[in-house]
Amino acid sequence: MGVQYLLTPAQRFLVPFFAETANNEKCHKTDRSQQGERSFVCYGKRGTVTVVHQYKNNGYNIVLDINSGAVHVVDDVTYDVIPLYQEKNKEEIVAELSGRYEDKEIAEAYDEVAALEAGGELFTEDEYEAYIDSFKNRPTVVKALCLHIAHDCNLACRYCFAEEGEYHGRRELMSYEVGKAALDFLIANSGNRRNLEVDFFGGEPLMNFQVVKDLVAYGRQQEKIHNKNFRFTLTTNGVLLNDDIMEFANREMANVVLSIDGRKEVHDFMRPFPKGAGSYDLIVPKFQKFAESRGQTNYYVRGTFTHYNLDFSRDVLHLADLGFQQISVEPVVAPETADYAIRKEDLPKLYEEYDKLAVEMIRREREGRGFHFFHFMIDLEGGPCVAKRLSGCGSGTEYLAVTPWGDLYPCHQFVGNEKFYMGNVYEGVKNTAIREQFRGCNVYAKEKCKSCFAKFYCSGGCAANSYNFHGDINNAYDIGCALQKKRIECAIMIKAALAE
Amino acid sequence: MKHVKTLNLTSCVGNQSCE
Repeated sequence: MGVQYLLTPAQRFLVPFFAETANNEKCHKTDRSQQGERSFVCYGKRGTVTVVHQYKNNGYNIVLDINSGAVHVVDDVTYDVIPLYQEKNKEEIVAELSGRYEDKEIAEAYDEVAALEAGGELFTEDEYEAYIDSFKNRPTVVKALCLHIAHDCNLACRYCFAEEGEYHGRRELMSYEVGKAALDFLIANSGNRRNLEVDFFGGEPLMNFQVVKDLVAYGRQQEKIHNKNFRFTLTTNGVLLNDDIMEFANREMANVVLSIDGRKEVHDFMRPFPKGAGSYDLIVPKFQKFAESRGQTNYYVRGTFTHYNLDFSRDVLHLADLGFQQISVEPVVAPETADYAIRKEDLPKLYEEYDKLAVEMIRREREGRGFHFFHFMIDLEGGPCVAKRLSGCGSGTEYLAVTPWGDLYPCHQFVGNEKFYMGNVYEGVKNTAIREQFRGCNVYAKEKCKSCFAKFYCSGGCAANSYNFHGDINNAYDIGCALQKKRIECAIMIKAALAE
Repeated sequence: MKHVKTLNLTSCVGNQSCE
């Protein structure tokens, strides 16, 4: 039985060596002495691929059974038995490991691994590929719209994919008439679904706040008529935020996203006003007041880290020290030519930062002053079903972006790319080929994702990032993948630590 | 078990619940 070792993120840039298995099949390993981590794919008895991922982090030996979602924390002997389990019988494994552990311990560990396998919690086979084929052919409804309420901005952030809010086009504010037609389109295309999400996005939405208020009022009126429930959200850079807007948002917005990058020097360098002054001092007191007024829930302070602040864990902790409890600080996605872009050689430092952040979060949680970090939030016990996990975010089918002119795109990241123009809010989706392309976008449509241990937690990654780096929505953005895997490892480790 | 402790198969998935 052949065993093919895959590389964990931390190993991906080490030079691997090759060994031969007993039956002379090529076995691709990495030097464990440097990292103490491994991820492997074993070929099951019926030829189907079963996948287990095991790694060490912060003193924990963690084993993830990919296809069942079971997570096990194991001792050293079990950690060493698992990779041998499908290759050798009990006696052979005892003989192989007897120099390092007591025979009785090895035999016990073997029996426990066998019990996990019998219980469907280890070496579970991947039987989902045929299943997802039928799922992707289901009829879908539109569940959410991202309204580009303002293609204009009062900041000049260096990394903005919207180019100061213009999205490769001209400055424009969405009119009430276009917004109203968008809500009508959503209601008409949502089938029997009751809960509908509308994100007020930009640019800077508060530059068109009267239309935001008018559209919320229209939505509240229409939801009674059509038995719908609108869940509105708002993203803002905080420049125009005031008490009246906070009061309105606390009444009407299910979630607000407040853009801030972290430490003052980091934030002001990347998020200046057009004339160069920083925005940190203006927005921080307002954001603190806003977060408190929402009871420290149903919001995120959301930042971006770049090549210029690879020590981003300090920015996360700075935001926590400012009193924020819902925090997301995310890697910039930028062309490789951008000076602030994350590069392959930055990855080891970023892994270290995620590890440091995870350890500090555990410490603070135990001290009763914990906070949430968006990319470490993982639900091991609940979470969505397999169908959702494999079919991705819903862009292009269930989620669409609307420009100030009423044009439809698969998501906010595709706005301005005419290849992805889908139609408009008056005539609906005219380019159904794009919708079908996105409907078929799932984990099994992506070669890189099929055997990845993270597939049930990332759903194949971001279609826009894939397109921007590979010209194909059915690929994957490699640096994003590497960081996602690391974050999942850290998130599971935090669960293990807090379960003690 | 003595050697194993088991801990536990629109979006923009890992933390989402049907609820």
